[in-house]
Amino acid sequence: MLDVKTFNNPIKVTWCPGCGDYGILNAVKSALAQLEIHPHEVMFFSGIGCGSKLPDYMNANAFTTIHGRALPVAMGTKLANHDLNVICITGDGDGYGIGGNHFLNIMRRNPDIVHIAENNMVYGLTKGQYAPTSERGFITSTTPEGSIEIAFNPLTTAINGGALFVARGFSGDPKHLAKLIMAAIQHKGYALVDVLQPCVIYNKINTYDYYRERVYKLEEAGHNPADRDAAWHKAQEWGEKIPIGILYQVEGQPTYEEQVSELKAGPIAKRTLQPLTRAQADALRREFF
Amino acid sequence: MAKRINDMTIRLGGEAGQGVESGGAGFAQALSHGGLWLHTYTEYMSRIRGGLNFFQIRVADHPLWAHTEGVHVLLAFSPEAVTNYGPHIVEGGALMFDDTLKFDHDAVTRRNVQLFSMPLTKIAQDLGGNKIMANTCGLGALAGIIEYPFEFVADVIRRNFMRKGDAVVQGNLKVAEEGYKVGRDKYAGSFDWKVSPLGERPDRMLLNGNQAIGMGAVAAGCRFMSGYPMTPASSILEYIASHAKKFDIVVKQTEDEIAAILFAIGAGNAGARALTATSGGGFSLMVEALGLAGMAEVPVVIVEAQRPGPSTGMPTKTEQGDLLFALFASQGEFPRIVLAPGTQEECFHTAVRAFNLAEKWQCPVIVMTEFYLTTMMRTLMPTEFPIERVQIDRGELLTAEQLDRLGEPYLRYRDTPSGISPRALPGHPKAVHQACSDEHDEYGHFEDEDPANRLKMAGKRWRKFQNIVEDLHEPTLYGPEGAGITLMGWGSTYGAMREAVDLLNASGTRTNLLHFVDIWPFPEAKATPLIEAARQLVAVEGNQSGQFAHLVRAMTGRRADRMILRWDGRPLSPEYIIEKLEEAKVHA
Ligand SMILES: Cc1ncc(C[n+]2csc(CCOP(=O)(O)OP(=O)(O)O)c2C)c(N)n1
Ligand code: SF4
Repeated sequence: MLDVKTFNNPIKVTWCPGCGDYGILNAVKSALAQLEIHPHEVMFFSGIGCGSKLPDYMNANAFTTIHGRALPVAMGTKLANHDLNVICITGDGDGYGIGGNHFLNIMRRNPDIVHIAENNMVYGLTKGQYAPTSERGFITSTTPEGSIEIAFNPLTTAINGGALFVARGFSGDPKHLAKLIMAAIQHKGYALVDVLQPCVIYNKINTYDYYRERVYKLEEAGHNPADRDAAWHKAQEWGEKIPIGILYQVEGQPTYEEQVSELKAGPIAKRTLQPLTRAQADALRREFF
Repeated sequence: MAKRINDMTIRLGGEAGQGVESGGAGFAQALSHGGLWLHTYTEYMSRIRGGLNFFQIRVADHPLWAHTEGVHVLLAFSPEAVTNYGPHIVEGGALMFDDTLKFDHDAVTRRNVQLFSMPLTKIAQDLGGNKIMANTCGLGALAGIIEYPFEFVADVIRRNFMRKGDAVVQGNLKVAEEGYKVGRDKYAGSFDWKVSPLGERPDRMLLNGNQAIGMGAVAAGCRFMSGYPMTPASSILEYIASHAKKFDIVVKQTEDEIAAILFAIGAGNAGARALTATSGGGFSLMVEALGLAGMAEVPVVIVEAQRPGPSTGMPTKTEQGDLLFALFASQGEFPRIVLAPGTQEECFHTAVRAFNLAEKWQCPVIVMTEFYLTTMMRTLMPTEFPIERVQIDRGELLTAEQLDRLGEPYLRYRDTPSGISPRALPGHPKAVHQACSDEHDEYGHFEDEDPANRLKMAGKRWRKFQNIVEDLHEPTLYGPEGAGITLMGWGSTYGAMREAVDLLNASGTRTNLLHFVDIWPFPEAKATPLIEAARQLVAVEGNQSGQFAHLVRAMTGRRADRMILRWDGRPLSPEYIIEKLEEAKVHA
């Protein structure tokens, strides 16, 4: 096992004390260390938001992009260099709201990319507006009478959208979360880990205590992740009891990269560029004779 | 006696689906194989079946740079084609049509235009067993009236229908030959314009601007292309897709243009030469990501094939209305390069340079074209496209060996005198690093509080921007030095301006032109003397406000004395330019 400290860097963390993002950061580092993935073998992508700062606090390759756009940038990189382990970190507003179209489309493609969504059901960085995952009636500065929209359910959407690894973690249980992230990394294909992440400043409803009273582990409840109907059922469970763990997993499906014939000979980014040969040049010109 | 004219225009007009485009392209091939020079130009409606389209071929015994306005023979497949395009036929020219076509004959003949009525459909049915071949019959008849040897038409029919089997080839040949006989025997005597092959049959290429850009991209080692279909950019994505397997290029149609540019940025940052192409509406969506590429210093090439806007505008018409938008799109200030090729050869070379410049300066490069250039074809010598001699310059890209030997920590955004930070690709143990869209320090970590850091990093990017100019080209000067009139343009108006210059000089008006491909950063030092030397500076542009003239005024202080602008969706032509000069009483 790699030392977790390998992934530390000297950057000062700017999250509020007690923020749920700390647990996610620890879980990510621990998962990489346990799997012995070195900092240069992994590349993080994130959007913009409190949670999207996570890669900045790690010693690892990263590209922190713009709000909502981590997934397509990550896909471009994965197609250029599929040797890299690619992990996307998004917020719920970032990944499910502004980036919603990319979320729907990455599931259809099944690239070998891990997607960790820090779901605090609120907009943290812009100071507390409601998010697509906010519960109905949630009162914020932009919804003074309470949100009248139905909360977006990332888990049912993912199962329906074609994702073949769908999990939910809780940042108050980083050990369990690290296991989920390890399973997501080891899963071949797109893997969503939606993480219940308390925002201690702007979300006074979905707090650590709120979750501690409610979460239970699917693996302890005898849930079979291969059973799509059961997964669908668990994905809708919310309220008295909230399931965490792997809801759904199907293995053995080809990844996007594996099906791109141009990638069979290895990553395109690693091939040396040379001027075309005379014969190749002639062939290209002859098409227009 | 027949005029053996060395320059004539043929137009095929009809509904989408009547083979106007494919028939026209085939006929152009037949002419090209005879050693003639061509310039084709097409206009179509924004619908898939029906509507009105034309395919126009200008053919001559010397190289051509533009289309011209008059049509010598119109082959019409629908009554609308007669009504709409009839007025474009020159005096003494001819209208060819199937004898079943119903239209007001008098309206055409009043203007001294001849009517060539032919049983195209009947021949197609009798000899080919299929009235669809009326199109082939018409092309045969066309060759007949201009007395162009039938063998060239036959060759193209054999080549183009080969895949459909021998029966189809033979059917088409019979129909075309009969059409040829009818055209020649009945009408050749009364038609004044003739075209004959030039004897030698050199290998010539016939291609449009998008194909030239695609070929340049392949030659430059493009390894990744993402795009979302939008006219008139889509055919670049299609060209690259059709060459993907042979040249190891990953091609991806994405969910939208936002994703398209982001995919390309992801691939570009990982080390693959990456391209995306779109038109104005799609480019609007890409704008935030354009800034990302600027801030994170990622090489990426974006082709912006303009069409008239705003909004969805006129999808199948032409305009140069997006220049200032491309220069300033996105918030903040960052290095970008804007290039605007004007011809097929420039499209090729510009595509190659775009990839080299993007990697050397680690910034987005925008290549501006417009509908006209993307669809018009010209004949060119293969030597114009020296694919095997293309230079690939990856700039300051550190090799794995260089990184192995690295003593100090790797700084992705190292502050250097040139502003260029040596680049490592993600994946090397000694160069773990972060790219960042927020303001960042030399490592790539968020740093948006420290004013000194902001000045350092913004200063580095600005230095880079200022240094790019060294790599940019001055405008091309064409025509006599010290001319009384200087036409000034950018991008795809080059051909029309060049032919206008030739015509004006032939009639004794000393005129030259300044053609800009490299636009931004504005090559001030190289361009200013040329602009200042102009006695009367006339800006020629395909837009309503004279955007380039504004830019030149801002960068050099020189105001254009006149502007010739066109923004009705149609391309500038030499005649249009000359007419506007005369109207404005601009004399040398
Ligand atoms: C295009 C764009 N729109 C808006 C913003 C402002 N913005 C920054 S973060 C954010 C929302 C963050 O919420 P979420 O994704 O849930 O992440 P959190 O901060 O809660 O971790 C918004 C709206 C932006 N940066 N870019
Ligand atoms: S605002 Fe909320 S999400 Fe953001 S750092 Fe603070 S606690 Fe965390």
